[in-house]
Amino acid sequence: MSETKPKDETSPVTDRLLRVLLPIVVLALGVLLWELVVRIGDIPPYVLPSPQLVFSTLISDRAVLLASLLVTLTTTLEGFLLAAVGGVGLAVLFNQSRLVEYSLYPYAVILQVTPIVAIAPLLLVYLPQPAAVLACAWIVAFFPVLANTTLGLNSVDHNLVDLFRLYGATRLQTLFELKLPAALPHILGGLKIAGGLSLIGAVVAEIAAGSAGAGSGLAYRIVESGYRLNIPRMFAALLLLSLAGIVIFFALSLLSHLMLRRWHESAIVREV
Amino acid sequence: MPAVEPSFSEYCNVPVDPSKSPVVALRGVGRTFANGVVALERLNLEVWPGEFVSLLGPSGCGKSTALRIIAGLSEPTSGAVEWLEADAANAGEPRRIGFVFQEPTLMPWATVAANVRLPLKLAGLGASAQARVDAALARVGLSGFAQSYPRELSGGMKMRASIARALVTEPELLLMDEPFAALDEITRFRLNNDLLGLWQSLGKTVVFVTHSVFESVYLSQRIIVMTRRPGRVFTELSIDAPHPRDENFRTSADYAAYCRRVSEALARASAAMDEP
Repeated sequence: MSETKPKDETSPVTDRLLRVLLPIVVLALGVLLWELVVRIGDIPPYVLPSPQLVFSTLISDRAVLLASLLVTLTTTLEGFLLAAVGGVGLAVLFNQSRLVEYSLYPYAVILQVTPIVAIAPLLLVYLPQPAAVLACAWIVAFFPVLANTTLGLNSVDHNLVDLFRLYGATRLQTLFELKLPAALPHILGGLKIAGGLSLIGAVVAEIAAGSAGAGSGLAYRIVESGYRLNIPRMFAALLLLSLAGIVIFFALSLLSHLMLRRWHESAIVREV
Repeated sequence: MPAVEPSFSEYCNVPVDPSKSPVVALRGVGRTFANGVVALERLNLEVWPGEFVSLLGPSGCGKSTALRIIAGLSEPTSGAVEWLEADAANAGEPRRIGFVFQEPTLMPWATVAANVRLPLKLAGLGASAQARVDAALARVGLSGFAQSYPRELSGGMKMRASIARALVTEPELLLMDEPFAALDEITRFRLNNDLLGLWQSLGKTVVFVTHSVFESVYLSQRIIVMTRRPGRVFTELSIDAPHPRDENFRTSADYAAYCRRVSEALARASAAMDEP
């Protein structure tokens, strides 16, 4: 009688290979289907460009597109860093002072739940365009960092808190040696969410600015291409934006993995 | 039975040396929590230098609360905690107490060495730390695991690391709150012996909270039996078997006899509140 390997006992190498290959296969099939639909249906490029056309547009317009990508990415990165610092900083401040927390936390919530699409035009009135885009990226991204960091700071093992008290730890020592390290998995979770959201915030602001005719980021290029009916370029720009989002996600996942892999359950592969 | 509070000396059948002063004494200590639960009421107990004393009682009798009050983690709502005044040289320094919790309570993001070093780091004693950390790890047999992370250790090893951390500041008093309760029997017996070895070689004073009659008889020189909540001292028993003790003691007739006496006392203590 031949032995059959149970489904969850595939070797780790095979598992990782599958994890990478299968989505690529699906992508290839999808692109192939798209190309076939355009060719067979003889769809004009200003309605649905073929993958081949999108790709060649990407190559031919690369100077403009890459410059715009750089602008968007720079704004996203700046917004993300400010959101990370601001979110963690505010969470620490709230954790240390109940008065400050009670006073300001409701406004953080309000800022988060008000749709950014509605705030962006207002910011564009008051601020110069680059600053407005940065502000939008920040507003959208800081709350997840704040909320997750707060959760982490409040989830410290109470026995460890007692231990620190027993040995006469100062407030700062408790914050840096206990609370922040204990909150790290939560902070990193918040940052992963914030990364993608910074991009969204930047894009929303750029599109709002683009409707007014100003800007130089990738989302602005999409709006501009739309007005000029340059649909292939729209697709190319959108493709670049998606890639940017994917890279941001993977970069933050890698960061999270590197920081947690020695000790946190979420980053460790258990040998059963 | 009349509800008359016996004084300490009346129920203490352990001979008290009047020339020695206790390391710490709880005098009439009471602890009522915010939710109205009266954990302790008029608790009187004394801890003598160099002894190994157990606090034994049924669940919820307040023995952990009493330990936390001694450690300064909890304030009594009535009564006082009196400490033997240290000599003038270190009068201003905080009391050195080691505390071992029921869970190992290690920081999962730090190595074993970093965990053991923590009390020294918090006290600002980084300089001489490495030698003392190494010594503490060697004493509990974890020298090879200094750079491991807590999740890579077994339950018994984590508890050893916790004990090493409690000992690294060379405390006067070692407080242990049911430290071996969550471990399997074999590991528990091993750690019992290791703990006795440490106690004898280092000459510390140990207050050991447990709900296990067998463990308290094996380890201690004196057992304080507490009543049900609200906790008070019901009686004290001395275990005169000499140290060093080993597995032979555990299977001896003396051990069985002590266990019987202590079990009876515990049963009466648990029932004490039911009497009119």
